[in-house]
Amino acid sequence: MLYVAVALSSFRRYSTYTAATLAGIFTNSVFGVIISFSYIAVWKENPHAGGYDVTDALTYCWLAQAMIMTIAIWNGGTTDDVAERIRTGDVAIDLYRPVSFLGWFLAGDLGRAAYHLLTRGVAPTIVGALLFHLHFPTSPLTYLAFLVSVALGVVVSFSIRMLVASSSFWLLDQTGLLTLSSVFAMFFSGLVVPLVLFPEPFRSVVLALPWSAFVQVPIDIWLGQRHGAAVLGGLAFQAGWGAVLLLGCSGVLRLADRRVVVQGG
Amino acid sequence: MADRVARVAWDLRAFTILAGMWVRVGWSYRTSFVVLTLSSLVITGVDFVAIVIMFANVDALGGFGLGEIGFLYGATAVCLGLADLAVGNVERLGRRVRLGTFDAMMVRPVGVFAQMCADEFAFRRVGRIAQGAAVLAWSLSVVHVDWGPARLAMLGSMLVCGAAIFLGLFVLGATFQFVSGDASEVANAFTYGGNTMTQYPLTIYPTEVVKALTFLVPVAFVNWYPALFILDVPDPFGLPGWLRFAAPVVALVLCTLAALAWRTGVRHYRSTGS
Repeated sequence: MLYVAVALSSFRRYSTYTAATLAGIFTNSVFGVIISFSYIAVWKENPHAGGYDVTDALTYCWLAQAMIMTIAIWNGGTTDDVAERIRTGDVAIDLYRPVSFLGWFLAGDLGRAAYHLLTRGVAPTIVGALLFHLHFPTSPLTYLAFLVSVALGVVVSFSIRMLVASSSFWLLDQTGLLTLSSVFAMFFSGLVVPLVLFPEPFRSVVLALPWSAFVQVPIDIWLGQRHGAAVLGGLAFQAGWGAVLLLGCSGVLRLADRRVVVQGG
Repeated sequence: MADRVARVAWDLRAFTILAGMWVRVGWSYRTSFVVLTLSSLVITGVDFVAIVIMFANVDALGGFGLGEIGFLYGATAVCLGLADLAVGNVERLGRRVRLGTFDAMMVRPVGVFAQMCADEFAFRRVGRIAQGAAVLAWSLSVVHVDWGPARLAMLGSMLVCGAAIFLGLFVLGATFQFVSGDASEVANAFTYGGNTMTQYPLTIYPTEVVKALTFLVPVAFVNWYPALFILDVPDPFGLPGWLRFAAPVVALVLCTLAALAWRTGVRHYRSTGS
């Protein structure tokens, strides 16, 4: 119940930046159009590249734009607060609160993701559907599986961002690692180019990395590229990485709790 | 006139001092500084790796091979990188206006523009220039160009004018924030969006889009028209041939517009107050 309240207040906190949200929707849409034309050029040359047709590819393009802020592929979200609180020393208070540190910030991040899904997820998708022919699932079950998959994607993304934020305990300044991790996230999530276009054996490798849970897995569920048992397989893959990485986070936090002298007065 | 020159020189000196200060600030977190510069190099290179991966599935995009696309990509990356290094920070204007810290800049004895550009000057941005230059150099080793003085001159002019065009767009985008408040992402659609568009041959876009990129947001002059001349390719859209030589005029007009807009913005700026 507490975590629901945290998520809701985080939702409200992000919903106050209306101008930034509108500007972001505009920019996501512009990039959606640009990337659409490059995908059209690729699929014109090779109509079955990566097992997609051109409609799948364009749908991929717009859903990927919709995912940027929801999944926080370029970082941001409540883990930025964590890094800042580590830097200032306020984290000492958080660590001794009678609630789970990870649970608190994860709930906040899910609230943030829900806000971004409803605004910067839905709006560009509508723009894309107005400008291009896109694929929409017919079964409500597919939408449900897609939503679960996006939520799991947020969990995986949150844990990776949390690990990067925790580096502040030792490095003090996380910006370097933050940039590096966003390079990995951009490239290995399939944001800049669908992972299905990678030549083998890279394709199998990138599909097994946690970042494929950000964009490639949810979109393949939406497109029906994964159906039946493969949908569950995709969700299990995401949940597995989420669990492993969250465990990693709690390990790192315990280590920090024991070893690190917190800054501040 | 002499006054003016002295002022510009003073602002440039202030810019160098302030920027140098920020480089030293960055250097005090050494690990991060090195990682940031390297990752800037990698992060911008990701686009090109994406194009290479696309070429694992196709032989050409819009009738152009990987070598020619490398040329377009490298040229626009270097131009954007140069503009971004010099004036990229003006996009923080919206935040400064919102926080009220812009007011403090207006009372200092250095031009506001120079201060804005130097503020939190990010040395890591040379990463983009280096990466773009590497792709450009590679492409020149693959594509066949019949080099002569005219083409060499065009190569130089392309980089200078292209950088100036992006510079104008950065400043115009920042100026827009005087009106719109903190909406730097809108400006990104024109600067980084323009860069992404010109990474590809314009043949992948419909004619109306190409006309818009020529006459409306003239990023086509950054690399497309100069490339048609250097690579000796006839214009696929049949637009007038003199467009290939128009980049300097376009850059001049755009920068003049940007300077006027900036000055108007600063003159009419009213603090958000508190």
